[in-house]
Amino acid sequence: MGGGVRTVRVIVTLKPGVLDAPGQAIQKGLAALGHAGVRQVRAGRYFEIELDGTDGLDDRVRDMCEGFLANTLIEQYRYDIV
Amino acid sequence: MNIGIVVFPGSNCDADTYHAVRDVLGYHGQYVWHEERSLAGLDAVILPGGFSYGDYLRAGAIATTSPAVRALKPYVTGGGLVLGICNGFQTLLEAGLLPGAMQPNLSGQFRCEFVHLRTERADTPFTCGLKPGDVLRIPIAHAEGRYLIEPAARPALAAHRQVVFRYCSAHGAVTPAVNPNGSEDAIAGVASPSGAVLGLMPHPERASDELVGGTDGARIFSSLAMWITTGRRPSMQPVEVH
Repeated sequence: MGGGVRTVRVIVTLKPGVLDAPGQAIQKGLAALGHAGVRQVRAGRYFEIELDGTDGLDDRVRDMCEGFLANTLIEQYRYDIV
Repeated sequence: MNIGIVVFPGSNCDADTYHAVRDVLGYHGQYVWHEERSLAGLDAVILPGGFSYGDYLRAGAIATTSPAVRALKPYVTGGGLVLGICNGFQTLLEAGLLPGAMQPNLSGQFRCEFVHLRTERADTPFTCGLKPGDVLRIPIAHAEGRYLIEPAARPALAAHRQVVFRYCSAHGAVTPAVNPNGSEDAIAGVASPSGAVLGLMPHPERASDELVGGTDGARIFSSLAMWITTGRRPSMQPVEVH
């Protein structure tokens, strides 16, 4: 395994078309506060993961996302490595 | 007969389930700490309701990392029976032991009320004392009970007769008005094809004693007891998936 520590930033959101009840509630909240023109809110989760080693990083992160961080039946994920 | 009730950090229906199984029905029950690696010797395992790990990540998601849940697959392969109630159902979905996923209720509300369930299948270990069409009155208590299944998986769900309970009216009619959470096809309970694994959102342990408003839930536990004591085994009917 290559040395070093990398930080991976993962964002998980519901797939397009899957009803996002929290997102809708947040949208209504924004409207109630007077924020005009909020067409849609999609809520999600954000993870910062510090990982030892740099080898096979993409595979490792995808494994984490598909097996645990996201329920790929209803959710999608994206990540970047900084 | 020996029924194990798995206790996770955040379980809160474990004691109710234990009470229903042991004190009300008189069956032998025992708590199983979630770090237990072996489920050997248990005739059935119940994953109780609650908020395992505070519902962090997704309801039931972190519970799937517990040794006891990871032991469920080999346990079922070896002939074990598993009942997941509410958060236990969510855990079985997250663990991939049952198909589908849970979403927040369409109403946006935490719903805590009695509902009616129509029995769709009576040849499972948990419903063998019922008849298809029997209506049970059992309470729900959840914020995330809207069952969802991907379109590609629906034919298999139907072909294997995996829907065991649907939300219905007191007379057994399935209509949108009596669907408390917006579940697809009014689905309240889903089983594995053999019926050996059942998950349901309503709480049978909360309807097992007249003292708390009903005993319909006890029929699920007494079905299980009848199944175990008569030595029945789940049998898979051959089906064709189109």
